[in-house]
Amino acid sequence: MRRHLMLALAAALPCLVPALLAAQGTGQVREPFRPPIQFTDEDPAPPIPADVTDDRRVARNYPEQPPVIPHNIRDYQISLNNNQCLTCHSRQFTGATQAPMISITHYVDREGQTLGAVAPRRYFCTQCHVPQTMAQPIVPNTFKDMDSLISRPSDGGDRR
Amino acid sequence: MLDRRDFIKAQAVAAAATAGGISLPAMAQRSMVAGEDAQLTWSKAPCRFCGTGCSVMVATKDNRVVATHGDMQAEVNRGLNCVKGYFLSKIMYGQDRLTQPLLRMRDGKYHKDGEFRPVSWDEAFDEMARQWKRVLKEKGPDAVGMFGSGQWTIWEGYAASKLMRAGFRTNNLDPNARHCMASAAVAFIRTFGMDEPMGCYDDFEHADAFVLWGSNMAEMHPILWTRITDRRLAHNHVKVAVLSTFEHRSFELADIPMIFEPGTDLAILNYIANHIIQTGRVNKDFVEKHCSFRLGQKDIGYGLRPESVLEVRAANAKDPTDSKPMSFDEFAAFVSDYTLDKVAELSKVPKERLLALAEMYADPKTKVMSLWTMGFNQHVRGVWVNHMVYNLHLLTGKISEPGNSPFSLTGQPSACGTAREVGTFAHRLPADMQVTNPTHRSHVEEGWKIPKGLLPGKIGYHAVLQDRMLKDGKLNAYWIMVNNNLQAAPNSDNETYPGYRNPENFIVVSDAYPTVTAAAADLILPAAMWVEKEGAYGNAERRTHFWHQLVNAPGEARSDLWQLMEFSKRFTTDEVWPKEILDANPDFRGKSLFDVLFRNGTVDRFPVSELDPAYENRESKEFGFYVQKGLFEEYAAFGRGHGHDLAPFDTYHEVRGLRWPVVEGKETKWRYREGLDPYVPKGEGVRFYGNPDGKANLFAFPYEPPAESPDKDFDLWLVTGRVLEHWHSGSMTMRVPELYKAMPMALVYMHPDDAQARGLRRGSEVKVMSRRGEMRTRVETRGRNRPPRGVVFVPWFDSARLINKCTLDATDPISKQTDFKKCAVKIVAV
Repeated sequence: MRRHLMLALAAALPCLVPALLAAQGTGQVREPFRPPIQFTDEDPAPPIPADVTDDRRVARNYPEQPPVIPHNIRDYQISLNNNQCLTCHSRQFTGATQAPMISITHYVDREGQTLGAVAPRRYFCTQCHVPQTMAQPIVPNTFKDMDSLISRPSDGGDRR
Repeated sequence: MLDRRDFIKAQAVAAAATAGGISLPAMAQRSMVAGEDAQLTWSKAPCRFCGTGCSVMVATKDNRVVATHGDMQAEVNRGLNCVKGYFLSKIMYGQDRLTQPLLRMRDGKYHKDGEFRPVSWDEAFDEMARQWKRVLKEKGPDAVGMFGSGQWTIWEGYAASKLMRAGFRTNNLDPNARHCMASAAVAFIRTFGMDEPMGCYDDFEHADAFVLWGSNMAEMHPILWTRITDRRLAHNHVKVAVLSTFEHRSFELADIPMIFEPGTDLAILNYIANHIIQTGRVNKDFVEKHCSFRLGQKDIGYGLRPESVLEVRAANAKDPTDSKPMSFDEFAAFVSDYTLDKVAELSKVPKERLLALAEMYADPKTKVMSLWTMGFNQHVRGVWVNHMVYNLHLLTGKISEPGNSPFSLTGQPSACGTAREVGTFAHRLPADMQVTNPTHRSHVEEGWKIPKGLLPGKIGYHAVLQDRMLKDGKLNAYWIMVNNNLQAAPNSDNETYPGYRNPENFIVVSDAYPTVTAAAADLILPAAMWVEKEGAYGNAERRTHFWHQLVNAPGEARSDLWQLMEFSKRFTTDEVWPKEILDANPDFRGKSLFDVLFRNGTVDRFPVSELDPAYENRESKEFGFYVQKGLFEEYAAFGRGHGHDLAPFDTYHEVRGLRWPVVEGKETKWRYREGLDPYVPKGEGVRFYGNPDGKANLFAFPYEPPAESPDKDFDLWLVTGRVLEHWHSGSMTMRVPELYKAMPMALVYMHPDDAQARGLRRGSEVKVMSRRGEMRTRVETRGRNRPPRGVVFVPWFDSARLINKCTLDATDPISKQTDFKKCAVKIVAV
């Protein structure tokens, strides 16, 4: 049921696939501006996209990247008195919740000392960790991770 | 839907199937890369985004950036980044990078209404030079202009300043930083005689109280917010006050949260000054020795076009900067009108909170740090409100020492380093010098080795005036670099776009990506960005920070520095300088602007053999000398010995930045106090040496209302701003899939009751309409921003939903900075 709803929402998004990219370098008349980009465009607003809530971890682009949040965090309280994220992700609760434990870097303070609890400067989780919506990026990104630069096409066993 | 366990199982089966056709050792080899293949090259660079100035480590492999992380060795961020900073690796790889110059053409030549066609750099500069020469010949230097950026590297801004002022002889050069912190910069000069904060980020670890004046640091300066959070959560006595016109993420840490009526911050500040005086907590010794009092001009208008009724009606719109001396007693009498009762009623902030806030300043035992950015600066009384917060710190002597710190934050990575220190404003020269001052001009002419009397003394068109002059056909050849002004400028449908498409005008945009501004240009020049060039930025705490070129830019893209210098080759002095100057200085005849500005014996004095062989440097190799070093050293000479001392060029490639003045190899953390600042003479204790008398100025100003307030037709306040995930107009961050998916569109944040009263709910499609324009979006009633009734917030990062079609081009009449925080709109269902 949940999946059908998501698919319906995804289908409802207007097609935002870029029309421009192949143009560069072809020498043809080119339209380098993805829609909707002209100042004078007044396109209808697409529906607010749904949040990604499938709980599946997304591979990081590089080891130091903060993982994105694969679940809904609406109305999560993170305030002076309470941090709802830590009620699942701090070390002592991960056994019960099976949530990933926050990185060990989060126990280290500004001076490089390891503390017995999460470092205060790491307290506001959403400064680095963000949920994702179902919105499809308008412009593809050609970033290549280090593995794809390291791995070379296989010729049948010997990488070199 | 699969649950997690099913998913893991499916993955295991898939892996087994793959493994079936391949021998195990090969698999092992794939999953474990070692030796040379796993080696990455790591180098330091400042973050590309905000004015915080975090340092990042950048990993490259095969001429590509493959990873970034927070720099452990950097004082600013000590290993942390915000979510944008962590995704820096991907900002250069949006698939639509501009890789060739594009010119609007019809029938094989330039045509204002033609289609964009790829051209060579030669063809691009040929057409551009032809247009510049046409305009210079027909109308003179006043019709040529440039809109630059607080994201320019230091040498790019410096080269632009030389080309515009000394080359084309116009001061029609302004940075987008005008939209960002002109009010702060002007108030610094008027108060202290010198720009930029006296304190630094070390204040975060020393203060007992933090006051956020209209700033949402949790989203806009996240790493500085981690330092406040660290201090607040680790020390029980520390308190945080947050003032805003709507509730946002910074309220999560607030001990004293305050929502005030837009514009009434002026009254709140005067109340606090009154409270300090009435309760006898003025630091009399400090005030007597180090302060002067002045009565400022009131009723100064709103920086609109002069024929606007608000300007005609204002008593002092023509001389808004005037002031006259007053005594302390007169100052005390002036602010005595601002009582707790009166200000609580005006601002709608509860009395007990105002009192608690006032005590943070009044209590001599509380070290207080005031922080502000756009809430103060984008304000029709932005200069006043900056002055008013200095008043509080000066009355109590809580300034220029660890933890006592009025601190103006900046929005752009080099708003300080380039826009302010280099002097790319229409009224400024390097090292705080002013174009209207003949002594300053003469000093710059000597440093630049150009003929005496060459530099123009008339203040050029500021940002908003440039747009008006383009529309009116008085500014005709215009170059936009490193900014997206058609998305950023106020009232853009009426005052910006018409100028770009005015048939009399030739508009050039240099950018890395095809923005809305580029789409409205006549010529687009593809730019190298961030670590595709050697660079230097200056952050909000006076820290100058360098980086090397780490990868090459794609295709034909070239740095702004290369573009500026290469374009200068297309002009000779005979074409652009007056006959009388050349007659008096015949040696300059027939030279190219490149020769007189960049091959002047100073800029070209460091050979390419001084380049670090580990790094590429395209510009230097092409021009034949170490361009960045020559420009930096020529520029740095203006500040050395005058309180703006920069370290030698090479030092900055070794360190994580240094805070100027750097005297005898040592940076300065706190200025104006003996023992902390080498420029304060022994025995003086404190000296505000930017002013000849060594004193800081307090100014008395009244509360005055905003330019436009809600009424029965347009019944809501519109506040615009940024969000955590996107930086400025989103031209970089909207191309990072993770950031895009986190915040894909600009919504209108409003109170659920305001929505309900209009028959709307979360997700309803609406038009946000002002007297000037409209944009279409969806309603958000439960997001991170929670406006009170009567206020809506719309961010401006979304190129498909341009909220600046609605905003008003009212500016502070002194700083000429736009008020993007206060105008009237209505919300209508589509």
